[in-house]
Amino acid sequence: MLDLPHAKDADAGELPAAFDLRKEAEAAGITETLGQLDQELIGLKPVKSRVRQIASLLLIERIRQRAGLVSAPPTLHMSFTGNPGTGKTTVALRMAKILHGLGFVRRGQVISVTRDDLVGQYIGHTAPKTKEILKKAMGGVLFIDEAYYLHRPDNERDYGQEAIEILLQVMENQREDLVVILAGYGERMTSFFASNPGFRSRIAHHIEFPDYSEAELLVIAELMLRERGYKFDASAREAFARYIALRRTQPFFSNARSIRNAVDRIRLRQADRLVSDLDRMLDIADLETIDSADVLASRVFSGGLIAGGGPAGSTD
Amino acid sequence: MKLTQGCFSFLPDLTDDQIYKQVQYCLAKGWAVNIEFTDDPHPRNTYWEMWGLPMFDLQDAAGVMLELKECRRVYGDRYIRISGFDSSHGWESAKISFIVNRPPQETEFELVRHEVAGRAVRYTTVRRPAPPTAP
Repeated sequence: MLDLPHAKDADAGELPAAFDLRKEAEAAGITETLGQLDQELIGLKPVKSRVRQIASLLLIERIRQRAGLVSAPPTLHMSFTGNPGTGKTTVALRMAKILHGLGFVRRGQVISVTRDDLVGQYIGHTAPKTKEILKKAMGGVLFIDEAYYLHRPDNERDYGQEAIEILLQVMENQREDLVVILAGYGERMTSFFASNPGFRSRIAHHIEFPDYSEAELLVIAELMLRERGYKFDASAREAFARYIALRRTQPFFSNARSIRNAVDRIRLRQADRLVSDLDRMLDIADLETIDSADVLASRVFSGGLIAGGGPAGSTD
Repeated sequence: MKLTQGCFSFLPDLTDDQIYKQVQYCLAKGWAVNIEFTDDPHPRNTYWEMWGLPMFDLQDAAGVMLELKECRRVYGDRYIRISGFDSSHGWESAKISFIVNRPPQETEFELVRHEVAGRAVRYTTVRRPAPPTAP
């Protein structure tokens, strides 16, 4: 939509008295983008409703502009908070595409950074480094993962503060050029915002990512399997539902990430089961079907970490 | 006297939006965009000082405009130009260069004639001393 940062629509033709909202929405590609979002992301109600609100605002702003009313570009900086594996990074990557599709950002690239990319190692190193990243992110989305590491409360001479100041300045002055998304775990982000009030007020959208329900996790697992070209048979599906219920009660559960690991392990076990009988002829159905034995062999069913006491990552 | 060097210099000075579009064109072509400044725009002075590093991995010209703004703030009383360097094999040279900032009082040059051996004549471009400013 906008090819120039501060361009106003130049066509000063005669103004229609009424605007066809449906036609406008389709012209902007909003209905399509939102439909896609609904399909590809499971659950995440608060996230979707916020994206829908933002899209509606864009549409109305656009019409207002055409009608000659006052319009100001909306502030789009966001913060995503939630437990591990609730899809913060996934949504952030997708958000750039959505915002680009809706015409909020001009290029739509995502620059994903952590503390290391922004903060320098010696005096005078931080500012150029942060600016370099900001320039690269212009016209797109700057995604700062685990943003609370920028601020080290125990060291007042930490260079992170310098990076924060530059970020704040650009976030304020170049709202049309750049969207900043901060992400991190809930409580630590809260204390990060508490010690940097400037950040909190410059971010318009604080989105909380809820934990997935068991039914949603099952749908996610099936989606992951479909992407990898596998499917559950009826008994495996039922077994995996039980697996999710059990796994949730065990330590180090991290939502969709645990499910992804479980799916990968199940694939290993399925391959192992097939290879164990070398004299057998395989057909396509054998190759893509996960049966209940593959699921039930998981340590989760025998008590998992509590009984096994293995290292944290290997409970799935 | 308006200094004419590089592209677009016979046109009225580019506005910021026009500069933005030119830079975006350079970036879309994959050229490295440089900001350079000097207080000596003599035609033989090819190498101007660079403002920061070449910007070759940007997606959007807003990043260049950010640097240009900063450069103007510091060196607003000098000539600033933007050049686009094409690093592709066979070119490896600047493909575009245009002035984006001029000092309030432009530098003037004149052609000085020297009579040398025989009836030969040589010309030199020399900087004319600044005219006295009106009181």
